[in-house]
Amino acid sequence: MTAAPPLPSRNATASSGPGRRSLARFRKNPVGVTAAAIVGLLFLVALVTGIGACFGVYFPYDPNATNLAQKLRAPDAAHWLGTDNLGRDVLSRLLNGSYISLTVGFIAVAVSLSIGVAVGAVSGYLGGWVDNVLMRIVDAILCFPTFFLILTAVALLGPSIINIIVIIGLVSWTGTARLVRAEFLTLRESEYVRAARTLGQRSPAIIFRHILPNAAAPIIVTAVIGIPDAILTEAGLSFLGFGVQPPQATWGNIISDGKTYFLDAWWLIVFPGLAIFVAALSFYLAGDALRQAAESRSERK
Amino acid sequence: MSQHALLEIHNLSIRFRTGHGAVEAVKNVSFSLKEGSTLAIVGESGSGKSVTALSLTRLLPMPPAEFVGGDILFAGESVPAMAPDRLRAIRGGGIAYIFQEPSTSLNPVYTIRSQIAEAIRLHRPEVKDVDAEIVRCLNTVGIVNPEKRMHDYPHQLSGGMQQRAMIAMALSCKPRLLVADEPTTALDVTIQAQILAELRRLRRDLNMALILITHNIAIIGGLCDRIAVMFRGEIVEYGDTESVLRNPQHPYTKALIACVPKLGAKEKRMKTIDYSWLNSR
Repeated sequence: MTAAPPLPSRNATASSGPGRRSLARFRKNPVGVTAAAIVGLLFLVALVTGIGACFGVYFPYDPNATNLAQKLRAPDAAHWLGTDNLGRDVLSRLLNGSYISLTVGFIAVAVSLSIGVAVGAVSGYLGGWVDNVLMRIVDAILCFPTFFLILTAVALLGPSIINIIVIIGLVSWTGTARLVRAEFLTLRESEYVRAARTLGQRSPAIIFRHILPNAAAPIIVTAVIGIPDAILTEAGLSFLGFGVQPPQATWGNIISDGKTYFLDAWWLIVFPGLAIFVAALSFYLAGDALRQAAESRSERK
Repeated sequence: MSQHALLEIHNLSIRFRTGHGAVEAVKNVSFSLKEGSTLAIVGESGSGKSVTALSLTRLLPMPPAEFVGGDILFAGESVPAMAPDRLRAIRGGGIAYIFQEPSTSLNPVYTIRSQIAEAIRLHRPEVKDVDAEIVRCLNTVGIVNPEKRMHDYPHQLSGGMQQRAMIAMALSCKPRLLVADEPTTALDVTIQAQILAELRRLRRDLNMALILITHNIAIIGGLCDRIAVMFRGEIVEYGDTESVLRNPQHPYTKALIACVPKLGAKEKRMKTIDYSWLNSR
């Protein structure tokens, strides 16, 4: 028996759904993988410090423990990232701020995604006057400068984490809604949606089972790119003093507290600034890599 | 009470309201179909054949489409008057469709198995062993090794296999009428012949009524008992396939038949449809 030339194994592709193929392409992108790894690390750190904080376990120090004898110390072996004007350990405060930032990012995006997907799906699927009304509402919301809208709302309702999350979520869904609407407009005319209708499918089943999964890629990408937007907004609000209130540490208010001393103590704003920068950049790059992986639909089999 | 035909269409007229006024896409169309019989609707693009087919289960977007007059009776029930729930049961369960482009008619994110399973659950909730039923359906349409193939995604199948999977999905609901809207137009000629042979066998084995919509008069022979020739929204000729093809009465039918290239005929140019008869009307 002669050995047959190796055929491409069918089993290798037998369970290769579009999601899996996108993931395989994502793995080949070094920038995306690195960014995703940093995001993962960040997530892990936030999770550990978050859970630790719930039980009163802090690393390396209690982020709110003041020690005026140790104030404004430059980074050294005891305080890796130095201390602030009240002698609080900057590293501890940064770690503590990480879970606030990520919580705000994830939950705000979850809120905006739910609203955006619902509005976009209804608008794109039904079309007609419903679409017109919903899209004019979107246009109206887009007329407001988002950051000042948030600032006003926080000033009126009071700055708490919940308020900030909900307000960011409530004003940032318009982009998602437009995107989802556009996807639905295209997909509802597709042959397989028509085929589903000829089989007697109900509209909700068509929306959720047939259209939404095909629009999943761009939705996931906007979600990932929405997270750093929310993190930056929260940092901006905290910097202005409208965000999460002291003594609770967040990346924004560490910079805000440190700005008075930064000529003498550069570490007070450089490290939290770096944290914001790295977090936001990683999410953006990971999101961009994800978009590229999802879009390469031409590259089949 | 007299026994109803499976499908009866009486003087059906359908109009589309557009920005430039109303367009009557289907005018006074009547035909009927007995259980297990077959009809070909032949005509050029825009002659109203697909609109007629889609109107059978009210699949046209309304508005802009609207019924102007006439009635569609499926097993004695009026389709235009049907309640939404009943209509959904008829779609797929009573009248199933297959379309021109199999590669886009299957949802790319699901396996063949899950798409057929969905159809079965929708119309035949009594089926216990869904997988066995899927295998049976795929076997019926001539898919080799269905236990494995059903786990494939649409892009992993060839065009012919995709169309077979579509037909299997339509059959899985046990429809009494299958509407095939240009089922072979997107396929190459050898696959066309296979799919047509499959349809011929299926309608014989399953005793299922079939409406075949096509602009290609050459594929009808041997598959359909009757033929309706549509032109500009009207049925201009209707009768037994044999007699219509052998002895066409209407000038449009004659022109259509004249276009089919004959084997061995020495012609310099392919014939196109001759519309000169329109001027003499």
